[in-house]
Amino acid sequence: MANYFDRGRAQEISEKVLALSNADQARVNLNSGETGNTRFAVNQISTAGDVFNATLVVTSAFGNRVASATTNSFDDEALERVVRTSEQLAQLIPEDPEYMGELGPQEYQDVDMVASSTANLTPAERARAITAVTEPAAEQGLLSTGYLSHNTGQSSVATSGGLFAYQDRSLVTFTTTVRTPDGTGSGWAGGGSKDWNDLDLGDIGERAIEKAIRSRSPRAVEPGRWTVILEPTAVSNMISRMMFSLNARFADEGRSFFSKEGGGNKIGEKFLDDRVTIYTDPADARLAPNLFNGQGLPNRRMDWVQNGVLQNLAYSRYWASQQGVDPTGFVSGYYMEGGDASLQDMIASTERGLLLTRLWYIRSVDPRTILFTGLTRDGTFLIENGQISHAVKNLRWNESPVFMLNNLEELGAPVPVSPTESGGTSPTVMVPPIKVRDFNFTSISDAV
Amino acid sequence: MRRRDFLRGGAMLAAGVGAGYQIDPTLLTARELAASSRRRVGDPFFRELAMLALDSARGAGATYADVRISSNRNQFVSTRERRVTGLNDSETFGFGVRVITNGTWGFAASRDLTREEVQRVAQQAVAQARSGAFARLRPLELAPTPAYPEAEWTAPVEVDPFDIPIEDKVALLLQANEAALSVDGARFVNSFMTFLRQEKFFASSEGTVCDQTLYRAWPTMNITAVAPDRSDFQTRQSTDIAPLAAGYEHITGNDLPGNAVRWAEEAVAKLSATPVEPGQYDLVLLPTHLWLTLHESIAHPTELDRIRGYEANYAGTSFIFPAEDYLGKFRYGGEFMNVMGERSSANGLSSVGWDDEGVKPDDFLIVKDGVLNDLQTTREQAPWLADWYASQGEEVRSHGCSYAQSWSNIQFQRMPNINLLPNPERDVGLDELIGGIERGILIDGHGSFSIDQQRFNAQFGGQVFWEIRDGKRAGMLKDVAYQIRTPEFWNSMDLIAGESEYWVGGSFFDGKGQPSQSNAVSHGSVPARYRGVNVINTGRSA
Repeated sequence: MANYFDRGRAQEISEKVLALSNADQARVNLNSGETGNTRFAVNQISTAGDVFNATLVVTSAFGNRVASATTNSFDDEALERVVRTSEQLAQLIPEDPEYMGELGPQEYQDVDMVASSTANLTPAERARAITAVTEPAAEQGLLSTGYLSHNTGQSSVATSGGLFAYQDRSLVTFTTTVRTPDGTGSGWAGGGSKDWNDLDLGDIGERAIEKAIRSRSPRAVEPGRWTVILEPTAVSNMISRMMFSLNARFADEGRSFFSKEGGGNKIGEKFLDDRVTIYTDPADARLAPNLFNGQGLPNRRMDWVQNGVLQNLAYSRYWASQQGVDPTGFVSGYYMEGGDASLQDMIASTERGLLLTRLWYIRSVDPRTILFTGLTRDGTFLIENGQISHAVKNLRWNESPVFMLNNLEELGAPVPVSPTESGGTSPTVMVPPIKVRDFNFTSISDAV
Repeated sequence: MRRRDFLRGGAMLAAGVGAGYQIDPTLLTARELAASSRRRVGDPFFRELAMLALDSARGAGATYADVRISSNRNQFVSTRERRVTGLNDSETFGFGVRVITNGTWGFAASRDLTREEVQRVAQQAVAQARSGAFARLRPLELAPTPAYPEAEWTAPVEVDPFDIPIEDKVALLLQANEAALSVDGARFVNSFMTFLRQEKFFASSEGTVCDQTLYRAWPTMNITAVAPDRSDFQTRQSTDIAPLAAGYEHITGNDLPGNAVRWAEEAVAKLSATPVEPGQYDLVLLPTHLWLTLHESIAHPTELDRIRGYEANYAGTSFIFPAEDYLGKFRYGGEFMNVMGERSSANGLSSVGWDDEGVKPDDFLIVKDGVLNDLQTTREQAPWLADWYASQGEEVRSHGCSYAQSWSNIQFQRMPNINLLPNPERDVGLDELIGGIERGILIDGHGSFSIDQQRFNAQFGGQVFWEIRDGKRAGMLKDVAYQIRTPEFWNSMDLIAGESEYWVGGSFFDGKGQPSQSNAVSHGSVPARYRGVNVINTGRSA
């Protein structure tokens, strides 16, 4: 099994640290775990690594003066030092009028998120597993590159007010990019889960290989407004950006898309297509979400968007107290409801459009409209008369998830995806493929 | 910072560590606090552990091994308006062992620095390499490098930021916030200071033993102006103060409160700035902006691991492919264009004495007289260019571009400081660049940025945009972004400024690799003029 502190050990360390505290209030955040990765390029392993680490953060408060110190050493001297450091720092800074004090005992969801298949994954098994991609790629004269990453660990929060929160979790992600040797074709596929057994590397590799072959020798199309089918990973690339913007304070302060002209925020307003519903739920083990935040505040089910209406924004404890509401749950893994169209249905119903595999280098351009720019990558195809006709050159887009989700044509069934550009592990995101109209492309890229 | 200071200040500053800075004796508590948490990595105990790791690895069958024992000490102070929102002092400490067995890399790391764990981890790294060797297509080959058995290097800083009382840092940020809020219309302000001291002990089975200390310092502010009716909001970030490999003198040497007023005024002015008309414009890009364009479109595509496809699944490849077809032939820009890789620059975020595989880096021209001349390499990569180096009469050697963000990450190719050198012919001034434009835009500060996975198509925003009309700076514009295709863009550069305009920008966090690692890197440049660039308007109504 992976090396990390079990509940008893985490509690023992936390209590030991809290006993050292001279502060009015204190908090201990503890994270530990083992991560492993195997990376391959040009059909062979390029690097691999296994790392064990543990981190302890002590937050001390004297009245409203608050500061933290962090260490990854756990001997008695180190524990004493990190406590004293946080205390001395806290005594040296001004009072924080927004400090809410430490929480007392809370209740948390009990969700089993450790998969033994992931926790027991060895370097040798990882090395064998990736041959499900490297060997077929090499047999077809293609160049495969990819990354297999997993971690199993725990996080816990303990406070001087008697709170103790503990969560352990496994996560694994596999992504691969297969390229043609002449550099004219590239295909990507990937997936993520808490359970290694959920990932079919052979299937993922097959999809990337097929895309690489199909994407050879792309032709240019004109930028402009296009009907677009986004595969689930591309959808998550966009939706995740909107989820990060659901901050109540920023909206109330007038510096967010969710600010209302004249004051207040847009909760209760319809701002997306009727078919858009997005929620987070710490009881949903598929999403492998965080069960609590860094203060130990329990996460809870949040319906953020229901039938296109903004249901909630995320309120911190402080901002909730200022606005006279309860603090909310927060985004950690999310589920976007879908429809009954398959990807093939969407293609078949498209007279002329583009199919996108994934999006890349997404950066904020204008927070007033949640406008982002980025590019298509590793599988961009022209659809003509209900069929994929050929590969096209990649395109730069300037688009907002808000505009995109107002131009919905069709939705498919949600599936788990690997939402990070870096291929790192993260709480799971489940989104459907979607078809939208008027997606805004602004220029052509020659990149393959 | 001007180029001559950037290049020549090192020796003078190195001699000044800890000297010449008066600390208020009443603030002893904070100083003691900083001193108490200091832990050196170069002591005999760590040397013994490193040798134990190397012996264990070789005993298990490694043909090459290196070990890095390192500590990262970070301090982060954040404020918002009139309050401190965060104060954290952190230290992470551990070791990583990298080996070659059967021609394949293996790596393992642990925070638990004991004799038993060091041996276990070294053997784990060997097992790691063995487990992957069955799929090996070709064995690793390392470019030769001399052994340096007594190597030491410390970044040239005047004042260790961890010796400065926390109260001083908080007071300065709150003072700067107050200055920003004194500007009518500036409603919100966030400010931060972050510091790093990284101590690295490196030893290799080839006989190099190296002890280095690196520093980084970065103050930042972000000011938001909101329209009275809440119909608009605009921000201005403090992009004209870059992160540097410097001590606290980088904080005190920049007038944060004074600059905060200017940044706040510019944030407010952006509310009433004129939306740009899309079209073709001549651009003058200041170094506060240009460093990022240089970073994305020259520094990244000249990384040899990208070119060979090692980053294809994440950071991407490069339009420079195959490398042999471009080296010595590809014209990046005019003959006045020279781009240098420098890990020796004083205060350069990527400057080191030795890289993370014990190579003493050299300075090398990536673009020479406008033509692609060389690429960034590690010991593993340099032999890939053996034929090219032979044709140039040069030895096969690594340029010293290996780096890992911490003990827990395997080292791999990361860029050195990559600098666009000043005009080699004369000291051209900014006014001359502007004076040659009928209709154009001057861009100050970096903003939004995005580039494709082969570094062809990019889009850049900025902080402040000034219209240029008939050779003179006119009113402020907003919602400006320009789009480029890298080869045409650099070849459209028709004039660059001279040495007196040299300024060093950089990134504290530059991501690459799987698992993703951050590298800090500086980019010096001068203002430069580009003809006929495509500008778009990024404003849309919600």
